[in-house]
Formats: sequence, structure tokens, C-alpha cells
Amino acid sequence: MNLHISASPHLRDNLSVPKIMYSVILSLVPAGAWSVYIFGLKALWIILIAVLSAMATEWICQTIMKRPVTLFDGSAILTGLLLAYNLPAGVPLWIPLVGAFVSIFIGKQIFGGLGFNPMNPALIGRAFLMASWPVHMTVFQTFPRGMQSLSGIDSMTGATPLAVFKQMREILIHRSEFLPEQVTQATESLYQLNRAYWQLLFGNIGGCIGEVSALLILIGACFLLYRRIIGWKIPLSYIGTVAILTTIFGGVDGLLTGNGLFHILSGGLFLGAFYMATDMVTSPVTFAGRLWFGIGCGVLTVIIRLWGGYPEGVSYSILLMNLVTPLLDRITRPKVFGG
Amino acid sequence: MRLKTFSGGIHPSEFKHLTEHKIIEKAPIPEQAIVPLQQHIGAPTECIVEKGDHVKTGQPLSKATKFVSVPVHAPITGLVKSIEILPHPLGIKSLSVLIEHDGSEDQSFSNHNSNLNINDLDKDTILDRIRNAGMAGMGGASFPTHVKLSPPSDKKIDMLLINGVECEPFLTADHRLMLEKTEEIVKGIHIIMRLLHVKRVIIGIEKNKPDAIQLMQKRTKRYKKISVLSLPVKYPQGGEKQLIYAALRRCVPSGGLPMDVGCIVQNVGTAFAIYEAVYFDKPLIERVVTVTGPGIAQPKNVLARIGTPFKNLIEFCGGYIPSASKVLNGGPMMGIAQVTDEVPVVKGTSGILVLDQSYAKIPDEQTCISCARCVDICPMKLMPNRMTSYIEHDQIEDAVKYGLLNCIECGSCAYICPAKRHLLHYIKLGKMRYNEIRALS
Repeated sequence: MNLHISASPHLRDNLSVPKIMYSVILSLVPAGAWSVYIFGLKALWIILIAVLSAMATEWICQTIMKRPVTLFDGSAILTGLLLAYNLPAGVPLWIPLVGAFVSIFIGKQIFGGLGFNPMNPALIGRAFLMASWPVHMTVFQTFPRGMQSLSGIDSMTGATPLAVFKQMREILIHRSEFLPEQVTQATESLYQLNRAYWQLLFGNIGGCIGEVSALLILIGACFLLYRRIIGWKIPLSYIGTVAILTTIFGGVDGLLTGNGLFHILSGGLFLGAFYMATDMVTSPVTFAGRLWFGIGCGVLTVIIRLWGGYPEGVSYSILLMNLVTPLLDRITRPKVFGG
Repeated sequence: MRLKTFSGGIHPSEFKHLTEHKIIEKAPIPEQAIVPLQQHIGAPTECIVEKGDHVKTGQPLSKATKFVSVPVHAPITGLVKSIEILPHPLGIKSLSVLIEHDGSEDQSFSNHNSNLNINDLDKDTILDRIRNAGMAGMGGASFPTHVKLSPPSDKKIDMLLINGVECEPFLTADHRLMLEKTEEIVKGIHIIMRLLHVKRVIIGIEKNKPDAIQLMQKRTKRYKKISVLSLPVKYPQGGEKQLIYAALRRCVPSGGLPMDVGCIVQNVGTAFAIYEAVYFDKPLIERVVTVTGPGIAQPKNVLARIGTPFKNLIEFCGGYIPSASKVLNGGPMMGIAQVTDEVPVVKGTSGILVLDQSYAKIPDEQTCISCARCVDICPMKLMPNRMTSYIEHDQIEDAVKYGLLNCIECGSCAYICPAKRHLLHYIKLGKMRYNEIRALS
């Protein structure tokens, strides 16, 4: 009889990398399906092109670099999917194609493939597209089904709630520089926005494909938390930090007049906090490191949203914190049991 | 109330149903016994028999040369056929005495001293009996028992922990022993109490053995000092440091011993063997072994002589099934894979596990995705991901800085790893490299 030998342990858990990837993909399906419903088939095409382009890039890179082809471990599919979820539904179809190529090639494969990328590949792709074609990336030309006119967000402008919020907040903070009618209108707009929770939860507002329904993202995230695919530390510290800081600083009438709930429900915060910041490869591994990572993402997001040049700051803050991850891991090394 | 456990740990499938209700059966005396001269951690022993000698069951084959050393005894009566270097179940080769059974009746150790009152014996006599019986910890590490039981005078010991946790999947030897030899174990505990004057004794048992918990509680109710602690089912709850922390919230310092925090930990199997050694002067020549696994036709708990080849016990349990392809000394988490089934049962063999092809297959490694599961579950709070990547690049010093030498080799990290990285393999390699480097400098 031939006996196998190997080092212990001789039992292994059932969870594998592909299982993790496909669980995340599965949990993203409801939000995607909803987005196809409200934006129409265009959203579906964008998702398909991004996923296929990511897979094709993965295959080409791995073949040229003579690495084992790992097309079906799910990681390229997930990167493509997340990139698509970060695009407005109105972009031309070559945008997801180029974005997915950049994500996989520059974001991941040139560093050595899965596990070696310093930053989230999907966000690298998005950042590249934002820098190269800002008009395509910020104009939301495709209008959601059942969209109600809200605070001037209507089929004419197609802006996102956060963009309107930023504009109106600027007016109210510098109210002396504006006409009284403008100030009144801005006050009215902000008042409406601050009560638009229902629209934010269900997504009949402008926004990227994946971020329109906070509710469905939350349901998918609960599935992942329940299955322990992702942990609670990064999302909780991230969203908590944003809620606290925007409540304190987000208002126009001084400290503690902001609306934290509006901020955590709008834009890509849920998508970012549950799906991008928790990307295992690019986030810290220690308990304290993950808490600080989430807090850092939250602080940067709020700085960008309230005082920065963009209405939305989730993707840049995660990318910046990705770069701090090795440092966080180093300084938050756990104390050895008994040490 | 806070759960009594340690931080980290994993929940592998238990597989204990295969043998947990099976009464301990006496295995047949082997035709040939292989007795390695080193079956404990510590100084080697010196062989005192020669080829051609006739030895009787229980007769010492070697003598201890130093304090941290215990002799081995002839497990069967017969002729010393040879003294040669043979495979040892710890995955090494060691000098062993090969004894051929001559078919004669066995000397009986039972009942000639059963109404002994241990308070009549002085401590040195008890310790001598334990030492001369060749007693070494039966939980797996095989540290000489008399050394543990004679702590230096500057260490104040106030707690005795009896380890009946048995957290390794598949193994049920301690569980069965607690059910079938309850009274004897309690007597063994009293012998240790006589030696150590502890304030309290805690018998730690995992919740998946409710019958053993109940029985132990019933039998120890009249002793004020002894209590039974039921622990959550989590691997490695039976690790010495983890058990001490769970029971007492005391933290054994890095590089230290349980006695540094006033504790002595003994396995239930050792408590039973101490009872036999002190009451009957019976050397450690047999032990309970769980022979189990998907590759075994009829899994059983057996009482086997030390030196019995694995092969004999596997045959006694109905033999291999056709797809059997891995034989382990011990459980699936820490057990050592054997190159041959002709290795003998030694003092630390708590189980023989035979895995079939589906379990024996070594998974392909992928790159680490930094999922942090190994960091989350490490019961020693180490960073296996970081240590192993240092070891892979032969940066042993960096791995040591990250706590390499604190690793208890429980295997939880490699179990949980979704990328199927052979983390413990690298850690063991790193420790070997560290010893090599230290030996050179």
C-alpha cells in the first residue's frame, strides 16, 4: 500500500478562494438586477462587458506572463463586476472595456496577480476612467425608472443627490454671495434631500449602477457577514466614522447640525464600505489595523465630501488607505499570547 | 457570564461518533513488540538488556540517565531478538528493542495492592514509583511525569488542572477512559494532590462529552477541592496554555511553563496511569488508543501494549478499506503521517487515524489573499501569514521576531486557510532552520 505523507494538519476547512469570490459575486446579484430594472438593459451590457473584458485581460496577461491561468477562481469576474457597479449607467460601452483592462492589467497582474496588488483593482480602473474621461464618468445621462423630481434632481440634470447636496451646501455656507432666491431654493433643496431616505434606499435617483439601492447592497452585505466572508470591523468603523463626522461637520448652521443618515445612505458608501474596503488583499489583517483602516477611510471620505473637490470621496479614500495597509499591519501587530 | 474559553480557535467537524460509544477492547498481545528506547521528551535512556536476553512483562529495558528521563519496560514476555534502529511514530528513526513473544502467561499486576492508603506512602516513594513506571504525559507531548510533579521549591503551585478536553477530532480514548475508569482517575488525582498540596483541582472537559462531565461530577461531588469545568467545543481547547487561560484566566508567559503561573496540567490518561503505577507498581506498558478514521473498517477504542505495531491494531479493527491511504499517529490536526504501518504504539500514541484518499489528498496551494483568517484564529495571537512568508524567503530572524518560537503547532491556521497554504509546514520548517542556524553560531 502506498502511504501519503504530509505535514499536519490533515483536515482542511471547506472554504476556498473561489468559494469566497463566488459568494461575493452572488451577494452582488440583487443590486445588479435592480439596477438593470431601473436603468434598463444598458446597465446589463455595461456589467457584461466589464466582466468579460476583465476575464479576457486576466487570460491574456497570465498567458503572456506564463503564469497558471486562474480564470475561474472568480477574482477577475468580481473585479469586473465591481468596476461596472462603479460606473454611471450612461457611459459609452467602451468605457467598461477600457476600465476593466486597466483594472486587471495595471491594478493587478503587473504586481504579480491575485494577492500581490497593493490597491483595489476595480478602484484603480475607476480612478483611471475618472481622470481620463471625467465627463463620461460624472454625467448621469441615463435616468432611472420611476424617478421623481427631487431637489432639482430631475431628468434635465440627472445629477446625484451628493452632487446637489454639495452645490446647495456651498450656497448656504456662503449665502451672502448669492441672491436671496438662490438661498431660498437651496434651503428647500437641502430640506427635501434630508428627507429622501426612501429614494436613497430603493435607488430611484441618479447614481452608479451598483450604488443606487443602499437597501439591496445592505442585504447582500448581511449575507456575507452571516457567512463570515467579510468581517464587521472595516464596514462598521468606516460607516460609523462617516456618520459621526458628517453629523458634526456636515450641517450649514454650525456643528452638530449635519445629517449623518443622509450621508451614509447616499453615494457609494455602502458599496465601498462593504465590498471595496473589505477587499482582503488590500486591507489590513490585524484586528486593530482593520478598525483604523475603516476610520481612516471614513475621515478621508468626509474630508473629500465636505471640503474637497468631488461630491463623492469613497473610492479615493479607499485607494489612499490601501497604501497605508502595510504600515497599519506593522504597527498594530497583535501581542503574542503570554508575550 | 463570560464563556470560559480562549481567544481564537476553530471548529472542525468532530467525527467522534465513530468510536465514542464503543467500549475499550483489549487488543491481542503482539507476536513481536518494538520498544523505542526514547518515548519521552528529555535525556535519552541507556539500554540495559542484550540480544538474546529473556525479558518478562514489566521488566525495565533501559534506565534513565538524567533527571528528565524515564525508563521503558518490556510490554510482553519473550526473547530480545535484536536491538536496532527502527522507524518511530514521531516520524524519526530510533534505537528500539525488538522482543519476540514466547507465548508464556503474562505477569498480572492487578489486585495485589488495591486497599493501599496513599497517605501511608511518603512523597518520595510515590515519586519513585511514578518515575520507575516510566510515566510520561499521555496527552501527546510525553513530558516525564515525575518532573512535572516535583516543581522547584520557588514555584508555588496552587492549581491542578486535569485535561479531559480531548479537542482533536476523531479521538475518543480519553473520553472512554473517563467513562470506564472514573474511580481510578479520581484516585490518580488524589495521588497528585498528595504530592502537590494544591488549593483546587479542575477537571476540564469539552461540552461534547456530557456523559463524561456528568459522571465525573457525580464521582467528585464529595471532594470539596475538585470541580468539573465544562468547556465550549473549540480546537485547540486542550492545549495546555489555552486550558489554563480558559479555566483560570492565567496567561503562561512566552517561553514559560504552567508552573510559572502556579499550575500543573495532567492528562486524564496520565492520572489513570499514575493510579496504576502507585497502587500496583505497574509500569507503563499499555495504553488506550483510538483506532479510527474513514480508512478503517471497524473503528474501535483499544487497550494496546506499548510496542504493538500499528499494523496489528489496524487488523484488529477490521483492516484497511481499499481506498485507505494515510496512517497517522494521533489526530488529524497534530498527528504525524507515517511512512509505514510497522511503527509501534508508544507512550504518547492516543490514536491511530487512517484516512482515505479523499482526505489524504494534499490540496494545491494558491497565493495568500490576506484574508486574515489565520491571524483571527491563531490561539497564540501570532501572524502565520507574515511568519510563513518570511520563512519562505529564509528570513528566519524576522519570523522569530514575529513570534515563531511561540507557535504551539496546533495547525489551526493551515486548517482555516482558504488558499490552502501549508502554513504549519512552513512554520515547522522555520523552526528547524532556526535550530540549524543556532547550532552553527
